[in-house]
Amino acid sequence: MHEMALAESILRTVETVARRQGAVRVAEVRLEIGELANVEVAALEFALAAALRDSLADGAHIECLIVPGQGRCRTCGEIVPLAALYDPCPRCDGASVQPTGGQELRIKDILIKK
Amino acid sequence: MCATCGCGDPDANLHSHAHDHHDHHDHADSRRVSIEQDILARNAEFAAENRQWFMDSGVLALNLLSSPGSGKTTLLTRTAQALRAEFPVAVISGDQQTARDAERIQAAGVPAVQINTGKGCHLDAHGVGHALEHLPLPEGGALLIENVGNLVCPADFDLGEAYKVVLLSVTEGEDKPLKYANMFAAAGLLVLNKIDLLPYVDFDVAQCLEYARQVNPDVQILQLSARTGVGLDAWLDWIRQGQRQALADQVRRLEAKLATVQARLTRSESVRHA
Repeated sequence: MHEMALAESILRTVETVARRQGAVRVAEVRLEIGELANVEVAALEFALAAALRDSLADGAHIECLIVPGQGRCRTCGEIVPLAALYDPCPRCDGASVQPTGGQELRIKDILIKK
Repeated sequence: MCATCGCGDPDANLHSHAHDHHDHHDHADSRRVSIEQDILARNAEFAAENRQWFMDSGVLALNLLSSPGSGKTTLLTRTAQALRAEFPVAVISGDQQTARDAERIQAAGVPAVQINTGKGCHLDAHGVGHALEHLPLPEGGALLIENVGNLVCPADFDLGEAYKVVLLSVTEGEDKPLKYANMFAAAGLLVLNKIDLLPYVDFDVAQCLEYARQVNPDVQILQLSARTGVGLDAWLDWIRQGQRQALADQVRRLEAKLATVQARLTRSESVRHA
């Protein structure tokens, strides 16, 4: 379970930061997940619910902010929206669009209770 | 090599670059703390450590990826047998369970260590760092890392390798590069294996290579049969070239370091004579 490894990595960072801030509880964790990232949001949320159990962030609300995919077309050179990796260019139908955004896997912030 | 990694200590987040920032508009008992950190940042730090170690030792590290049963272990066994007389070769093998792969490779006469990932579906840089504690580092040679058979998850985990090599066998279907685009996009080299079976399967080689170039226009491609040995020479030459490059890079870095120290010496002598 790839998402489980990500969830454990998120837990480690969230707990470290929360402790440093003297939090008694983490109420919310906000993530930025790119539309093109190699991760299934539903599976990640499921894994997180399990990973955060008995931690400072047990029961925290998980908010996944989806970052839209975009890329530069190798044919027409334009920056275009990209719904899936290696879709053809929606402007010129060129076969190769180099992804330039939407591959993020980031922890944005947490809401802590003191 | 991971004496500083702090594993086992849940509080250790040794190299964490997470910075905490407060927003000012929160209630007294609750506060939003900005983290802005890549979820895979910890893996990236261990990978950078591994990569530095490989570079300092002139080691060509390859991360071999494929679905289960595409012939990674057979290819590695033949590769190790062919190259071990030329330069040091070592292998790290990843599987969920059993040490069968490492045993097959050890039987070919090269040091090999098995990582059992248990529930895990991929190798990570931290695990590879620890595996290196149980292997003689192949200084000036090649470290071949056989990842868990899986075309999805291992694509995201940098191990510190110079190249990802993705292996695809002709019994799997030519549309795999499109179905598992992340993996094929991350690879520096695509090895098409089991080409001795082409007469018996419906596999369109030209179409497969076109799909691969569609997701990765810069990918290098080799076709071979690890079992019969057809095409194996080109693969061995590709590794030899990478190994020479790793050594040449090491020489360049050492020369630059030497030049710095010599300049320091010259300067200190001229100050004394002035």
